[in-house]
Amino acid sequence: MTELIVCYSGWKAMVEQKLRVTLITGRTIDQGVAKELGKGSQEYFDNVAVCFLDSSDIKKLGLKNGMNVQVTSPYGSVVVKAKKYPYGAMPGMIFMPCGLWANAICSDATDSIGMPTFRGFDVDVEPAPDKPVLTLDELLKQEFGK
Amino acid sequence: MVEIIKSVVCPICGCLCDDLEVTVENNEIVKMKNGCAVCEAKMVHGYKSEERILEPHIRKDGKLVPVSMDEAIYKAAQILTDAKYPLLFGWTSSASETQHVGVELAEELGCALDNCCSVCHGPSVMAIQEIGIPTATLGQIRHRADLLVYWACDPWSAHPRHVERYTAFTDGRFEKSEFKEYVQKLKGKASQKKVEAAIRRTQVRYQPSPRPQAAVVEAPPQSLARDGRKMVVFDVRKTMTAEVADYFVQVEPNSDYEIFGAMRCLVNDQELDVDKVGGVPVDYLKEVVDVMVNANFGAIFFGLGLTQSVGRFRNIEIAIAMTRDLNRKTKFVISPMRGHFNVTGANTVFAWQTGYPFALDFSQGYPQYNPGEFTANDLLRRGDNDATLVISADPGAHFPKKSIQNMMKHPLITINPDWNAISRLGDVVFPAQWCGIEQAGTAYRMDSIAISLKKVVEAPKGVPPDEEIIRRILEEVRVIKTQKNKKEEEKGQGQQNLEKKM
Amino acid sequence: MTEILIKNGFVIDPLNKIDCQKMDIAIKDGRIVEKVNERDAKIIDASGLTVMAGGVDLHSHIAGSEVNLGRMLRPDDHVKDAVRKTTLTRSGTGYSIPSTYVTGYRYSKMGYTTVMNPSMAAMKAKHAHEELNDIPLIDKAAFTLLGDWWFALETIAKGDLEECARHIAWMIRATRSYAIKIVNPGGLESWGFGRNVHSLDDEVPNFALTPRDIVTGLAKVNTMLNMPHTIHLHTNNLGVPGNYKTTIETMQALESVYKGDNKPVGHITHIQFGSFAGDNWAHFKSGAAEIANYLNSHNHMTIDIGQVTFADTTTMTADGPFEFSLYELGGHNKWVNSDVETESSGGIIPFHFKKKNAVNAIQWSIGLELSLLIKDPWKVAMTTDHPNGGPFYHYPRVFAWLYSRKAREATLKKCNKKAQRKSLLPTIDREYTLYEIAIITRAGNAKTLGLKNKGHLGIGAEADVAIYNINPETTDIAQDYKPARKAFSNATYTIKDGEIVVKDKELVAIRPGRTMWLDVQTKEPLRIDEELKRKFKQYWTIEFDNYPVTDHYIKVPEKITIQASV
Repeated sequence: MTELIVCYSGWKAMVEQKLRVTLITGRTIDQGVAKELGKGSQEYFDNVAVCFLDSSDIKKLGLKNGMNVQVTSPYGSVVVKAKKYPYGAMPGMIFMPCGLWANAICSDATDSIGMPTFRGFDVDVEPAPDKPVLTLDELLKQEFGK
Repeated sequence: MVEIIKSVVCPICGCLCDDLEVTVENNEIVKMKNGCAVCEAKMVHGYKSEERILEPHIRKDGKLVPVSMDEAIYKAAQILTDAKYPLLFGWTSSASETQHVGVELAEELGCALDNCCSVCHGPSVMAIQEIGIPTATLGQIRHRADLLVYWACDPWSAHPRHVERYTAFTDGRFEKSEFKEYVQKLKGKASQKKVEAAIRRTQVRYQPSPRPQAAVVEAPPQSLARDGRKMVVFDVRKTMTAEVADYFVQVEPNSDYEIFGAMRCLVNDQELDVDKVGGVPVDYLKEVVDVMVNANFGAIFFGLGLTQSVGRFRNIEIAIAMTRDLNRKTKFVISPMRGHFNVTGANTVFAWQTGYPFALDFSQGYPQYNPGEFTANDLLRRGDNDATLVISADPGAHFPKKSIQNMMKHPLITINPDWNAISRLGDVVFPAQWCGIEQAGTAYRMDSIAISLKKVVEAPKGVPPDEEIIRRILEEVRVIKTQKNKKEEEKGQGQQNLEKKM
Repeated sequence: MTEILIKNGFVIDPLNKIDCQKMDIAIKDGRIVEKVNERDAKIIDASGLTVMAGGVDLHSHIAGSEVNLGRMLRPDDHVKDAVRKTTLTRSGTGYSIPSTYVTGYRYSKMGYTTVMNPSMAAMKAKHAHEELNDIPLIDKAAFTLLGDWWFALETIAKGDLEECARHIAWMIRATRSYAIKIVNPGGLESWGFGRNVHSLDDEVPNFALTPRDIVTGLAKVNTMLNMPHTIHLHTNNLGVPGNYKTTIETMQALESVYKGDNKPVGHITHIQFGSFAGDNWAHFKSGAAEIANYLNSHNHMTIDIGQVTFADTTTMTADGPFEFSLYELGGHNKWVNSDVETESSGGIIPFHFKKKNAVNAIQWSIGLELSLLIKDPWKVAMTTDHPNGGPFYHYPRVFAWLYSRKAREATLKKCNKKAQRKSLLPTIDREYTLYEIAIITRAGNAKTLGLKNKGHLGIGAEADVAIYNINPETTDIAQDYKPARKAFSNATYTIKDGEIVVKDKELVAIRPGRTMWLDVQTKEPLRIDEELKRKFKQYWTIEFDNYPVTDHYIKVPEKITIQASV
């Protein structure tokens, strides 16, 4: 047992607890398809409540594909599933499909021209294996009470 | 009964592809040809999903309960007339006929009126108002463009048929499709992969790959100098679109303004003292600028990556300025990739009736325009408005949390076909027909070409078009306002009589 | 319908050769009639007032994609001219490009009842019609840009004018249009690759024909189709010093189409912008005398002026290359270019015409010189090419400059000194009479457009009437020009289709105007086969079925059927 604990903490020491990265939000084809199928659909949940990380960052955080992560910004915090970004390298960046989960951490600062800051700001990512990803209705309830 | 309807218009993104072939069986779309994945999701499955709103609802004791249409209309009109300063927001997935009535409603209420433009290409509109824009319809680009630059946008995901219908993979009169070259490239890549795999198999020893510190920008390929169509993608991340491009330039987040500035210098034959701008070596930029200047007809498309990151409308402004400079050397155009299928229409309709494209206010009895003051997010985050009507949009899923939290402090009316995030939050929830599936109307393509949307199936019974709902609310508002005025007059008269008596 | 009797007004009706006669005008069911029952009719006492037919504007950019892009482009323009909502009227904004409702209100208040929207890209026709629907109180029609349309270019290059005519007839119907508009023929196609044509005989790249072929070809097609209006032509080299030569050459080219029957074969629009002499901007001067000389000795052309009124306005034209060269001149911060596939292009630049600027002042002078030197007013139409030379509600200023030497001298005195020296105006004594003003604002324009029931007050004419507070017996408008100018800017009464819409200078009723369009019937209709559809798919990014404007887009249509001779 002690051995195990030592081993665990050793492994923990190897990985970062938290990573400061730049958040980019945007459309993905899957998000597009899912939103047309319905915001309450399983497809929407599967494809939008996610966060894409570079493979090197995944290694740094000691994550596995599909593991829950918590993304925190000064404006809020949300738990989503982590996925490896499939196309190219983008170390130090995470990508979230636009939708409710991404907006829970977006700033409402509009620079006085009406456009909130949806992308290009710093957030912290950390593994959150014990925290659940909230569904659309749960998230609405939590954030807006309805 | 099976019916095949041709030349149907897709009511999803700003491409407004109008070549869909839809098979309708027993008032249900069963099959579709030519559409993209998103289109198929909506037109074959999504529109008839269980998430559909079939009757009006009003929130009573915290729960949404079905009510009659008359009751909902009356309640909505009452909310809007009782409020001091309502906000009418959305409009971009409605036909322009609906938007038309919307302006009248806002004018009657003397309230704020905004459309989704303020959270997508509002900054682009503002940039155009600053310095204009050299642009062209998509067909002009299809016929003539031999250089296509996609900047901070991913048409493969957001406008799936843009490349195939209007730009690189389509045959124009003077420029041919690049598709064959792309297939060649793919084949080349596949064989290269095979070779690499074979080499890997021969290597016994495991070699750890070096960990990249930041994304490395590759040098421009030889193929960029050839004749014929070429495609260049600038983005912060490699996207599907970047995969099919001849050259992908990965820029650092929030550095677009600098890169445009540097490229503008290069277009104007000035030297730069630095080696790298925004993570991109200047030498590479030079090569790209050379290709731009030597193109017969170049086109730049840009997306929300520019409007939503640091710099906002200044990013667009400098992009347009660079395009203007390029026009001194060759022909160049630039276009925003408009999102919702009729967001251009909302700008258009608002502008011809009021002179302004979005961020409107009627509180003085005449239209006023000020992004940052009358834009939905600014009103909401300041808590200026005391009632909201949302039509054919889902700010519930696409506005920052704080804005929606403030919206929740006051009554909310929604008009949407399905239970999207904002409908779930509404106090008065109207059902509506799917515009372009169950309801005909006009929409404006991203290059502001008006196209008639078709009605292909009948809507479920009792679900009206959103135009009718807005019209009825408008009539009801007028009735309530006359009643109120009458009462006030009587009150005023009573007071006058009282004064006389005294 | 109510009956109206306008009593004792001074009627000016040039088409019926009535010059300031005191007489009554009777109106019934939206038409001018011989008489009405005086007891039932609404009586308008017009004694001491001037009665004319409703104004007809044959060239004013009031709607469409280009205009609206101009609106969107200029919040700075609107903020100085906001229009409040009333119980009767909608709110809106001005200034140089008023919003649709305001456009209708302002025209009506000036006594205008018909306006032609002269520049509509075929592909954007639905948009233009949607906007036209929203312009109340005036009848309107749109001209389709066809001078650089690939189908037209190809058929003309092939020499097959009959085929060209069938295509044009189809297009006129498909876009619900009224006339053929040609803008910088060949130049717009060249602009597709950033080039331009510089003379009538430059070859249009990729199409093996010249601007001369396009102009004469389409003029011939226009006659074949029996169109009520001639081709509506914006000449090559517009806005370039020395371009009066091109303008005269263009008119000379059209002599070959003229049959000598006093029926014009071409209309050159905003000719002021094509009457520049001098080799460059430094030596810029007026070419008005040369143009006027030509027109005085030839009867196959009509023109409109495109008068400059010294305003902070917005220039907009389908002539993309022209707007680019204007942008290149410098000093302009906003430049819009908008090409339209296979058909046309477009450009917008905000522009402030200043009295103290030599070129601007000379341009102002050129417009007036042309109006005054061309002897026959039936050849001339008064326009400002709204909003290019100035907004349409500046027309009364132009009237004053024309009918009063004193008025134009007062303005000339404030102009740039160099321009003053170069101006021909001091040498011109002519002053327009009210009769001539009526010709260049309604009678002549209706005649040029081929509108039989407009522009006059004869029996059977449409009951569009304007009554101005001008007493020709007691006032000398040439001496005392200001009251008349004021009267023209706000009619005492405007009657549209037999309904009083302006009374005592205020709007009292709002009614929609009609949209006129031609159904040109060729003997053999255009064959729509698979071959054509395939070509269509190649040329445009819209499906053939989705291209034409449907009835849905025209709220109050007035279809005019024309039998073509091919």
